Amino acid sequence: MKTLVLIQMVPDLVEELIVDRDGTRLDSYNTHWVINEFDDFALEQAVLLKERQGGEVIVVAPAMEGVEDVLFTAAAKGADLLIRLNGDFEGEVNNHSLARQFFPFITQLKPDLILTGVSAHHRHDGALGALIAALADLPYIGYVAGVTVTDGKAVARKEYPGGIICEMEVQLPAVLGIQSPDTPPRYVPISKIRQAMKTAQIEEQEAGGADLSGGVAISRLIQPQASGHAVMLEGDLDQIAEKLVAIFKEQGVL
Amino acid sequence: MSGEIYVLIEHLQGQVLDISYILLAQARELAGNDAQVTAILLGHQAQALTAELAADEVFYYDHPLLETFTAEAYWKVLAGLLEERKPRLMLFGETTIGSETAGGLSMRLGLPLVSHCQKIVRDGAVLRWVSQLFAGKMLAEGDLPEGTALVTMQPGAFKPEQGKSRQSPKITPQPPADLSGLRTSVKQIIQPSGEDVDITRLDVLVSVGRGIQQKENIELAQALAESLNTVLAGSRPVVDQGWLPVSRLVGKSGKAVKPKLYLALGISGAPEHVEALGNVEMIVAINTDPNAPIFNLARFGATVDALDLLPVLSEKVQQAKGG
Amino acid sequence: MVEMVTQEAPPLIRTEEKLKSCIQCGDCSSICPVGYLMDFPPSKIISALRAEIYPRVLSSDSVWFCVACSACTAVCPAQIPVTTGLMTRTKEELLMEGRVPEELKKALESTQRYGNPLGESPRKRTDWMRGMEDRVPLLGNGRSETDILWYVGDYASYHPRVQAATRALAELLHLLGVNFAILGNEEYSDGDSQRLAGEQGLFEMLAEKNGRVLKKYRFNKIITTDPHAYNALKNEYPRLGIVYPVQHYTEFLAERLEALQPLLRKPLGSTITYHDACYLGRVNKIYEAPRALLAAIPEATLVEMPHYGANSLCCGGGGGGMWLDGFHWEKARTRLSEWRIKEASSVGANILAVACPYETPRFEDAVKTTGKAEELTVKDISELLLDAIR
Repeated sequence: MKTLVLIQMVPDLVEELIVDRDGTRLDSYNTHWVINEFDDFALEQAVLLKERQGGEVIVVAPAMEGVEDVLFTAAAKGADLLIRLNGDFEGEVNNHSLARQFFPFITQLKPDLILTGVSAHHRHDGALGALIAALADLPYIGYVAGVTVTDGKAVARKEYPGGIICEMEVQLPAVLGIQSPDTPPRYVPISKIRQAMKTAQIEEQEAGGADLSGGVAISRLIQPQASGHAVMLEGDLDQIAEKLVAIFKEQGVL
Repeated sequence: MSGEIYVLIEHLQGQVLDISYILLAQARELAGNDAQVTAILLGHQAQALTAELAADEVFYYDHPLLETFTAEAYWKVLAGLLEERKPRLMLFGETTIGSETAGGLSMRLGLPLVSHCQKIVRDGAVLRWVSQLFAGKMLAEGDLPEGTALVTMQPGAFKPEQGKSRQSPKITPQPPADLSGLRTSVKQIIQPSGEDVDITRLDVLVSVGRGIQQKENIELAQALAESLNTVLAGSRPVVDQGWLPVSRLVGKSGKAVKPKLYLALGISGAPEHVEALGNVEMIVAINTDPNAPIFNLARFGATVDALDLLPVLSEKVQQAKGG
Repeated sequence: MVEMVTQEAPPLIRTEEKLKSCIQCGDCSSICPVGYLMDFPPSKIISALRAEIYPRVLSSDSVWFCVACSACTAVCPAQIPVTTGLMTRTKEELLMEGRVPEELKKALESTQRYGNPLGESPRKRTDWMRGMEDRVPLLGNGRSETDILWYVGDYASYHPRVQAATRALAELLHLLGVNFAILGNEEYSDGDSQRLAGEQGLFEMLAEKNGRVLKKYRFNKIITTDPHAYNALKNEYPRLGIVYPVQHYTEFLAERLEALQPLLRKPLGSTITYHDACYLGRVNKIYEAPRALLAAIPEATLVEMPHYGANSLCCGGGGGGMWLDGFHWEKARTRLSEWRIKEASSVGANILAVACPYETPRFEDAVKTTGKAEELTVKDISELLLDAIR
């Protein structure tokens, strides 16, 4: 079975986010890019499926700062083919344009299963998985926490609020938006990544031009204005604890 | 504004999900007296679900294969609807149903899509949207282009009650949809094992987030919860680690809670979590980061380390109880 | 120009050879503070190897109880490097299989990504010195030379409790007129605990990065806040071709006692007991310098705990232990650090003095969980010295 994993890099939220001077996007100089956590989950799910039933895992990621590490780490986890998509991904990009740029890989590689993260926090034009599924005229299931594949069909556990799971079956080829893998992503020791750097090859492909239609431009990017803010309690731990007890009593819960 | 606003009604196992009512309230506010609010309901023998919808009309599609949501079926049905009738706006939940429905329709029909939207406001003839990005750390604003626009929305300023009506709207059955050749099907719906306490019924909740750091600290928080006669709840990272069962998850994929007091320990306040706190009477937040978004929602807060505070607070609560 | 170092790198030990000389006395397993919790304490791992059933060792996860305190290595009559040769090697095997407890995994991944196990931005590594910029010189930005390069370390830089001790040390160096500077945000984790947790590759990657940064500057000596960085720089970096003279800050200050003593005027009026950090004491044989500093404090009565010097009890933070507390608690319902606190209390100390950044938060937690907050305070030596000055 051939699984294609679509990876996005997102701004690292551990670092400070700074708005560019034009006020509509992040300052790219100060933005540090890391793999989208949900895409890391998608990769783990792909590797788990390969371990269970054989097959091939292909990973595609857009060329951005840190993408080589991401690809070699994917190889160290068990990815077979690594593709780096060359293009401008820090300028005008949205999930619609990215879906269009990823689409040729579906037609060329003809994967049985396409996995990607259910969402990414840096875009406001919908879920990549749903967009690319519609483009490729493939079925899509999002918010998937657990996948099994047998006989050309995938069974996906779709998460609903309150812990309810809808178990769904879909004929392959299909696109799944991963919320969490069957088991948490494995650890990859540096020595394995370094080994992958020596043995694995990253294939490069040129991305088509960016077609942003379907997305809507941002006219302003701002830090949220607190419409209200908590009254902050001061003092040492004892004093704060006492104030809290008073608050609990006032609320009628103590 | 003139024209129509459509709202996709989300439902599961015979219940309309709260987000649908919230969207109806938003639609109503935008529509004012000029535009029509139409609820779009796809289901099977589901007319009863329309009972409380605060809409002018319901377009109802009935088909056995629509009993439970599949993106594929919804795309087929709604593509036809949107191509034929070109509403100004269609609202979807930023949810496990709405997100993929809107995405597929946007790409298929070439319609603009704005996701993670908190609110839409009218500014003269223009519709202005505000969305959350970067786990709530930033807000993006823009204008919706002319023509039909699709928006997926988070629960925001509106409460479900505002989207409910005592008078059920007029139901207009739609022509049958052609759902042959679907490649997706529903096998079964699995309820979570229900032995645990229902946190949505509790008056007080002590909730822990990433700031609790390690599993062994859960017990500290547990002691406080017990002293307040309640149980522990948590945000996604805590549940994903297996430190609390899924039944205690507060958030988008967990439960929405409405206690009198919600004590948030080491929780930053990411949108997926706070959207479940819309009906909480009072939030008290403890987080070492003074910029944590939770402080914008909380009534009281302190920037001490929850781990340091817990033993002290537990003791003071016991003392206050006369224990 | 850095003086080329005169010390030699320790010889690489051929563990496999050494293992043959194990006499199965069991001293290692019995002195191990957590040996009783392991399915395979050290001597049992050796017998498993001999019986060719090592895979059974790998099917257990109890090796993660090991905190690399090196008591086993110190006591072995055949001088087998038990800690690194057996315990760390077993951890390494588990890591290769991707089988590692979640907390430790996060710490290792954070170290990979951010150069520190706490998952903090490298750009915030110098936040601890806010307000002290005039007293803590930074290398880089035009400045490339100093006498003493102070390697600050992860917990000393980022942990809120430990930052107070770091600031105290900065103040002391300043008061003594030491010509020093720090690497600032260019500093990477020493990675020594990560190495002992099985990630040799990560350790080497960090060493290469630190080595490149150190090469840019001219200095005569490195001093470290923490014993783990000291151990890395002294004993491991030379193997990788990175060789600099290095001291722990207690050694450095003890050499300057003559200048320090007159400044220590405020009487402490307390009974202090000193906890020998594993990587300062037992592993690197530095016992006197910290004690000399404490003895210089006016009206400070020093008492020793039963486990002192080479017999010191680990705080539980080494070898990955810092990131395995949940694992340890879940499985054993004990905390090593509590044992130590009870000892400190039993000898009538009001202050537990430490010299390692892992210890201040670990022992303070244990003071709380053993209910001894009224009787016992935990302080780094740098804090105690500064208290005696101000």
